[in-house]
Amino acid sequence: MDLKANIPEGPLAEKWNKYRGSMDLVAPNNKRRLDVIVVGTGLAGAAAAATLGELGYNVKAFTFHDSPRRAHSIAAQGGINAAKNYQNDGDSIHRLFYDTIKGGDYRSREANVHRLAECSTEIIDQAVAQGVPFAREYGGLLTNRSFGGVQVSRTFYARGQTGQQLLLGAYQSLSRQIGKGQVKMYNRHEMLDLVKIDGKARGIITRNLLTGEITRHAAHCVVLATGGYGNVFYLSTNAMGCNVSAGWRAVKKGALMANPCFTQIHPTCIPVSGEYQSKLTLMSESLRNDGRVWVPKTVEDAQAIRDGKKTGLDIPEQDRDYYLERRYPAFGNLVPRDVASRAAKIATDENKGIVKTGLGVFLDFAAAIERYGKGEAMSQNIDNPSKEKITELGEGVIRAKYGNLFQMYEKITGENPYKYPMKIYPAVHYTMGGIWVDYNLQTNVPGLFALGEANFSDHGANRLGASALMQGLADGYFVIPYTIGQFLSHEIRTPKISTDTPEFEAAEKATKERISGLFAIDGTESVESFHRRLGKIMWEYCGMSRSAEGLKKGRQLIQELRKEFATKLFIPGSADEFNPELEKAMRVEDFLDLGELMMVDALDRNESCGGHFREEYKSPEGEAMRNDEDYTYVSAWEWDDQGNPILHKEDLVFENVELKTRSYK
Amino acid sequence: MAWLIEFLTSSIGKKLVMALTGLFLVLFLVVHLIGNLQLFYGDGGQAFNVYAHFMTTNPLVKFLSIGLYAGILLHAIQGVLIAWQNKKAKGSNYAVTTYKNGTWMSKNMALLGILIFGFLCIHMGDFWYSMKFTDTVPMITYEGVDYQVKDLYGKVYLAFTKWWIVVIYLIGLIAISLHLIHGFTSSFASLGLVHKKYTPIIKMIGWSYSILIPLGFAAIPLFVFFKNLWNY
Amino acid sequence: MKLTLKVWRQKNANAKGHFESHAVEADEHMSFLEMLDVLNETLISQRKEPVVFDHDCREGICGSCGLVINGRPHGPQAGTTACQLHMRSYKDGDTITIEPFRATSFPVIKDLAVDRSSFDKIIQSGGYISVNTGQAPDGNAIAIEKEQASDAFDSAACIGCGACVAACPNGSAMLFTSAKVNHLGKIPQGEVEHKHRVKNMIKQMDKEGFGKCSNVGACEVECPKEISISNIANMNRYYLASVFGGQ
Repeated sequence: MDLKANIPEGPLAEKWNKYRGSMDLVAPNNKRRLDVIVVGTGLAGAAAAATLGELGYNVKAFTFHDSPRRAHSIAAQGGINAAKNYQNDGDSIHRLFYDTIKGGDYRSREANVHRLAECSTEIIDQAVAQGVPFAREYGGLLTNRSFGGVQVSRTFYARGQTGQQLLLGAYQSLSRQIGKGQVKMYNRHEMLDLVKIDGKARGIITRNLLTGEITRHAAHCVVLATGGYGNVFYLSTNAMGCNVSAGWRAVKKGALMANPCFTQIHPTCIPVSGEYQSKLTLMSESLRNDGRVWVPKTVEDAQAIRDGKKTGLDIPEQDRDYYLERRYPAFGNLVPRDVASRAAKIATDENKGIVKTGLGVFLDFAAAIERYGKGEAMSQNIDNPSKEKITELGEGVIRAKYGNLFQMYEKITGENPYKYPMKIYPAVHYTMGGIWVDYNLQTNVPGLFALGEANFSDHGANRLGASALMQGLADGYFVIPYTIGQFLSHEIRTPKISTDTPEFEAAEKATKERISGLFAIDGTESVESFHRRLGKIMWEYCGMSRSAEGLKKGRQLIQELRKEFATKLFIPGSADEFNPELEKAMRVEDFLDLGELMMVDALDRNESCGGHFREEYKSPEGEAMRNDEDYTYVSAWEWDDQGNPILHKEDLVFENVELKTRSYK
Repeated sequence: MAWLIEFLTSSIGKKLVMALTGLFLVLFLVVHLIGNLQLFYGDGGQAFNVYAHFMTTNPLVKFLSIGLYAGILLHAIQGVLIAWQNKKAKGSNYAVTTYKNGTWMSKNMALLGILIFGFLCIHMGDFWYSMKFTDTVPMITYEGVDYQVKDLYGKVYLAFTKWWIVVIYLIGLIAISLHLIHGFTSSFASLGLVHKKYTPIIKMIGWSYSILIPLGFAAIPLFVFFKNLWNY
Repeated sequence: MKLTLKVWRQKNANAKGHFESHAVEADEHMSFLEMLDVLNETLISQRKEPVVFDHDCREGICGSCGLVINGRPHGPQAGTTACQLHMRSYKDGDTITIEPFRATSFPVIKDLAVDRSSFDKIIQSGGYISVNTGQAPDGNAIAIEKEQASDAFDSAACIGCGACVAACPNGSAMLFTSAKVNHLGKIPQGEVEHKHRVKNMIKQMDKEGFGKCSNVGACEVECPKEISISNIANMNRYYLASVFGGQ
C-alpha cells in the first residue's frame, strides 16, 4: 500500500494558505445535495458538524451520549494554546509549530503541525465570538498562562473548565444548526460498523442504545471524530464511555491504525486508592506552574509516610528531593508530560513513593503559598505580616487560581491540599496514535475522514499540554470544512446513497450476528472483569516503560484473554432494550484487538520517543534515546481478516526543523 | 394583542400576575390593619363604626373594593391553576421528603393559600356579609354624627368572646404569615427585582412585614377575648 | 461498611417501577457510583440485571450522572455531583434510598436513567450566539470587564445535569434556562440577540412541559455547580423587558 500524505507543495509557512486558495470547491447549490455523516460530537465532531451545516451540507451527527454536551472534551481543565503573542513574550506561529514538533519528539508531520499552529489563533477568535468566557485581565483583555514544555505564555483558559466552555461553544453552534434543521442529531446512537461501497465510505450501521434497533445510515462521506482509546488501560482519565469502537470498525474495513503505541501518561493524577477504582482523575497540568514535585530523599522517610507515621509536613526541606528541579533545571517542574511521568516512575521504582500502594509522589504548594502571600502582603501594604497572615493571603491567591481543582482533590481524597501537599501519580490520559489520515484528514479509505484525538496526525509521540483542545477545534472548525471539499467536489454527480444495497445488507447482518454471538457465549464473567484484566496487562507491559520481552508476553496474555472472553463472557438482559452491559461488551471486544496491536506496534519501535519508552533504549542517566536513523516513520497498521497486523510505513520528512535530542535540562 | 395573550399564558407571565396581585394584597393588609386598630379606641366603637360605614358606602371605596375582590380571586384561581400544572409537571414525588433544600412554606404555598381562602370566607361571612346583606347588625347613633351607622364594633366584640372563633382567626393569621414569609420576597424575584445589595434588605423587610402585620391582626381577637375573660 | 440500598427499578418508560432492597459492602474511599458498580458486579454474578444509571466522566463535569439519594439530587454534599460524592459521607449500617430524577419532562428510561433531551431542545431554540465559523473578529477586539466575564462564567458553569429540575417541587427548568440566558446575555457578543433568545428559550421551555418557578430555591441548593437562583430573577426581568420594551 502506498501511503500518500498529500502534503501540498511550497514553503512550509505558505502551504496551507496556498492550498486553501486553490482547493476544489463545492458550489452552494451542490452542497445541499450532499450528505455527510459525522460520528462523535465532542470538540472536533461538534465543531465539524456545526461548520459543515453552516456551509450548507446535509449533516447527520451521531453520539452514544444522551446529548452532545456530554463528550469527554468537556473534562479538559487547563487550557488551549494559541500563537497570539498577546503577552509580547516572543511567541509566534513558528514557535508554536516548533514547540509542538519538538514536544512530539519529532514523530509528527511538519505540514500538519504548522497548519495547526496557524489555525490556533482563529480558534480563540471563534470561541470568544461564541461567548466562551476566557479569563481576562482587569483591562478586559484576554490573559494567558504557561504550560509544560514551552517557555512562553500562550495558554488561554477558562478557570479550570476550559474544555467545558469550548465544548459548550461548539455544542451551542451545533444546536443552532440542529434547530435550523441543517444537522440531524442522533443521540444515544452508537456506530457499530462502517459501510463501504465501491471502495468508498458511504455509511454506517448504528444501534439505538435505548431500543436496540439496528439502523443503516447512508451519506456521501463519513467523518469520524470519536476520540481516543485510553480506556484500553481500563484505568485512565478518560470517561467511562470512551472507546475505540468506531475507529476499530473502520480499521476492520480497511482503514489503518497509526502509531497506536503512542499513549500519553499524564504526570499529575490522583493516585489509585483501591481495587474497586473505576477511573482516575486528572489534576490539571497548570498546577505545575506553582506546585513543586518531590519525594523524600530516603526510603526510610518514604516508608514512614506510607505507614502513616509521618506526613509530608514532617520531612524537612533538606531531606526532600525535588527531582524535576534537580534533573531538569531549565524547565524544572514544567517539563513535558512524558518526562515528568517517567521521572515519577523512577522515583517510585526506587521505593520512594508516598502512598500506601507505593505509587505516588508529592505536588507541593507550600512554597507558592508563601511566595504569593508575601507578594500579596506587600501589595496590601501590610508591614511585617505574621506567618499565618502570609499563609492566609497566599492560600487566597492559590484559591483564586486553582480553587476548583483543590476542591475536587479534597472531595476525592478527603484531604485538605492547602495544608498537606497533594499526592499525585501518572495515569493514562491521551492517545497520540489513531487512525491514519493524510493532510486532508482523509484516511486511506476514500470518503472516510478522522478528526481530533481519533486521528494520529499532530502530536507525534507526545502531546504538549493545552494542545488537544487546539487540535480538536482546528480540525473541526478550520480544516475539515475545506478539505472535505477535495473529496466531495468529485461527488456532485453522485445521487443520494441508498441504504438498499448488498453492502448495507451485509453490514447490518454482520452486526446483528455479532450481537447475538456475544449473548450466545452465555458464560459466567462480567464484561467489567475482562476489561479490568485487559487494563492490567496493558499497564504492566505497555505502560510507562516497555521491553521487548514484556511486550511479547503482553501480546500473548491478551490473546489468551480474548479466548477466555469468547467462552466465558456473560451479558445480562437482551439486545432490544437499553443494555449498557452489551455496549461495554462490544467496546471491550474491540479493545482486546487494539491492545494486541499496541503491543505489536510498541515492539516494532526499537527506540524510546515521547510517551513510548523502551527499557532497552535509554541513556545512562535514564533519558529516552530516539533512533532517527531507523524510526523516523509513522507506523500505519492494517488489520487483516485473520486478525494479523501488517505494517505500512509513512516516512517522515523534516525540511524545516533539525532533529535534535530533546533536552529540557 | 397576540403578544399580550402569549405573555399572559407563558410561565413567567403567569408568575407576574401572581406577584402583582400578591403585592397588591400585601398593600391592602396594611390599610386593613390601620382601620382595624381603631377597635382599640376606648370610644365605645364610634371611630371604628364610622370608619366601617365609610368603607361600605363611599363610592370610590366601593369601586376600589371590586379591584380587591378581583385581585383576591385572580390570585387564588391562578395560584390553584399553577399549583395544579406544577404538580402535573412534577409527576410523582420522592419516597424520601426533605426540607434541606427549601423551606416548608415555600413548598406548600398552595396549601397555605387554600387555608387562607377558607379563612377569608369565614371572615367575610362573619362581618362583611352580615353587615352588608343582613339585618343582624343593629344600627347605632353617635353624638356629632348626623347619620346612623351599623354597630360592627359590637359584633366584633361579641364574636371574639368565643374561643373557637379566636382559634380560627389565629390559624388563619399564622397561615397568612407563613404565606407572606415566602410570598413577599418571592414576588420581587418574579418581577425580576434582584440585586446583590438590595435583595437582602427586601428579605429583611419581608420577614418583618410577614410577622408584624399578622401579629397586629392577631392582637385584636386576643385583646377582645382576654378583656372579656377578665372583665375589664 | 455495610449498607442497605433501596433502589428504584423500572424495566422501561412504560413499566411500573418499584423499590428493591440490596445489601452492599462498601469502602469509605469509594465514590458513590463505584459503590453501585460493586452492587452491579454482584447482581451480574447472580445472573441478574444490573441497575442502570447514567454516568460518564466521573469527575463532576459531564453532567451525565443524576441520582436522587435520600430525597436529594446528587446526595447530601453541597456543590458535588453523585459521581464525586464519596462513601465517607456515610456510616456503617446506613440505609440509602436511591431514586431517579423525577419530572414529567424527564421520563424514566430504565431504573435510574432518565431522558433529558428536553434540555437540548431548549438550547436549540436559542441558547447560542449566531456566529458562523470564520466570521469572528480578533479575540481582543472587544474588551470585557473582568467582573462581568466572571459573572457570565458563573452562569456558564452549568453542566446540564438536570438536578435543578429534579429538586424543584414544580419540576421547573428555570435555573437551567436562565443560566444560559445569563451567560450569553452578560457578554457583549451575546447581547445583540439577547431579547430574541430570552423569548424563544422560554417559549420552548414551556412547550417541553416544565413547571413554573415559585422561587423555592431547591435548585440553587442542589445545583452541583452552585449556580445562583438570582439567574432566574434576572431572566424574569429580561423577559419582561423583551415583551414590554422595544418595538
